[in-house]
Amino acid sequence: MNSTKKRFTEAYLGVYGLWLLAFVVAPLLLLLIQSLNVPGQGLSLANYRDFFTSGPYLAMTVNSIWYAFLITVITLGISYPLALCLTKLKHRQFWLLLVILPTWINLLLKTYAFIGLLGKDGLLNQSIEAMGFGSQQLLFTNGAFLLVAAYIELPFMVLPIYNALLDIDPLLPAASRDLGASSFQTLKKIIWPLSMPGVKTGVQTVFIPSLSLFMITRLIGGNKVITLGTAIEEHFLVTQNWSFGSTIGVVLIIAMALTMALTTDRKKKKRRQRK
Amino acid sequence: MQVNENILEFKQVALSFGETEVLKNIDLELDSGQFYTLLGPSGSGKSTILKLISGQLQPSSGQVIFDGKVINDLPAEKRRVNTVFQNYSLFPNMNVFDNVAFGPRLKKMPEEAIEEKVKEMLALVKLAGYENREINELSGGQQQRVAIARALANDPELLLLDEPLSALDYKLRKVLQTELRTIQRRLGITFVFVTHDQEEALAMSDWIFVMNDGVIQQQGTPEDIYDEPVNHFVANFIGESNIVPGVMKSDYVVHFVGKDFENVDAGMRPNEAVEVVLRPEDLDLTTPEKGKLVVTIKNQSFRGDYYEIMAQDDDLNLWQVQATNPAVIGSRVGLTFDPEDIHIMRYNESEAEFDARLEAYEDDETPTDPSDSADKVPEVFDHE
Repeated sequence: MNSTKKRFTEAYLGVYGLWLLAFVVAPLLLLLIQSLNVPGQGLSLANYRDFFTSGPYLAMTVNSIWYAFLITVITLGISYPLALCLTKLKHRQFWLLLVILPTWINLLLKTYAFIGLLGKDGLLNQSIEAMGFGSQQLLFTNGAFLLVAAYIELPFMVLPIYNALLDIDPLLPAASRDLGASSFQTLKKIIWPLSMPGVKTGVQTVFIPSLSLFMITRLIGGNKVITLGTAIEEHFLVTQNWSFGSTIGVVLIIAMALTMALTTDRKKKKRRQRK
Repeated sequence: MQVNENILEFKQVALSFGETEVLKNIDLELDSGQFYTLLGPSGSGKSTILKLISGQLQPSSGQVIFDGKVINDLPAEKRRVNTVFQNYSLFPNMNVFDNVAFGPRLKKMPEEAIEEKVKEMLALVKLAGYENREINELSGGQQQRVAIARALANDPELLLLDEPLSALDYKLRKVLQTELRTIQRRLGITFVFVTHDQEEALAMSDWIFVMNDGVIQQQGTPEDIYDEPVNHFVANFIGESNIVPGVMKSDYVVHFVGKDFENVDAGMRPNEAVEVVLRPEDLDLTTPEKGKLVVTIKNQSFRGDYYEIMAQDDDLNLWQVQATNPAVIGSRVGLTFDPEDIHIMRYNESEAEFDARLEAYEDDETPTDPSDSADKVPEVFDHE
């Protein structure tokens, strides 16, 4: 009984290990080698030197981080109250489904839908004109970029926060009120700190992909915001400089790993305390 | 003077959720400085009463009056009432100090005063020096002590305790029972303690409310409730009871299991059907000749400080007896008891009627006055 179970576990781990090796470790290694393999120079750190000494690339990095930060803050600002409301609703599973539903639709389709909404003759501009104002430039603005990015990331922020809020013992807010805290004080001192694990997960799942957005920056932002994601796309598809594209990719991966490390470290400490 | 003494009052308070009536027109009065217990099985409405006092729930009808003011709609945070919750409900994101300081900090007390208050409260619950512990490092008993300290740090006029000891083991429960009682006496705060454990209620309270089905079945001192249960439910719920049907032949004479017995109850109609209660500890084993009842020993189990014996009479009624010495299973023995050990309960008699009857025959040498019995005669026909 036990040995078959053990054998099954070993076989399962073996298959899973192979999968990781082929589709996670190998591509990462290939990317790293590619980034070091500068055409005509063999293995060299030249790409990295170029990246960190070039003004435009550093500006792009700052831009990426800044916009990822903005997207994360906006998404969090919308998601937290939303998740809080959802936990208090009667048919919360149904409402949660409505929040998650857009993730079932292809990203490109959603993006094109926004082009239709925000375009010169789009629904929004038509309504603005009907109210007697002139048509506005909505598409290809930073505002539009942030709006669509936040819209797309919203479910990934709402879900972990919602789960963290549901995990809070409902008697804790009751105890807080009982001790004389108003509902706002209860939110600030009890609910917010206790939902922190969910907030951190949400921030990670939104901030990291937001660092390398490229489709929305082009289709909605009109390439006015150039992020590292856009740069990678350009190098691989347009200039065909795969080596430099890989370098930017590696830099992004390191940035993401740093973000993960910074946000998960505290969580682990807390868990240790709980034991 | 009376107005000052009375700290909380329920006037015809009812609460229902949709079709379910959780509380049915509750009237109660709490005086300051007393230890009250709400005792009843789960679902009897006892915790609901606590939530109405603390402000977690609002009554569907009736008035909740605190210090002479109706507080039906006053939010929980504005009431001078604090609660010790069943599962402690300590804030896991704070250490012991911050938990206890939670209330005083909200009141914007100066930090030094807060520190003093926390120290004082932790000393009161015997946790001095635990300030910097995390909540998850504490045992259940310690957590409950912190919860008590946290509630008391707010200087409540009324402390509500919602089955605070039910998650603890027997020994620890006993210790905390005594400590809670001591704390209550020292601080002079009114305590309202909710429990389903009758032993706990009898040991701790000045006054007990026995609840069932959203109604207060009986209230009184522990002794009153134990000695004079008003109905079948109370007799069964508080302590162990032998309850058999009987007939009150006349005042001070009751007939059950085929015999007449002298007793100390009066004020019933002649030949009224009643229930007879005999507590197991009031029954003594003797020889069959000396016994008022003759029974066969069916079963016995050792309970540490006594033997619990089940015996059966010839009418197949089971009798529970607590005896210091063991009996022989299968043997015929006699059971004796004194007239005052017999307690009579009338069917459907409310607590108020019970009290009135008790007063009528205790104050007066003549048990019933004619006008009273004249009133009661038609009732017999109504029933039949």
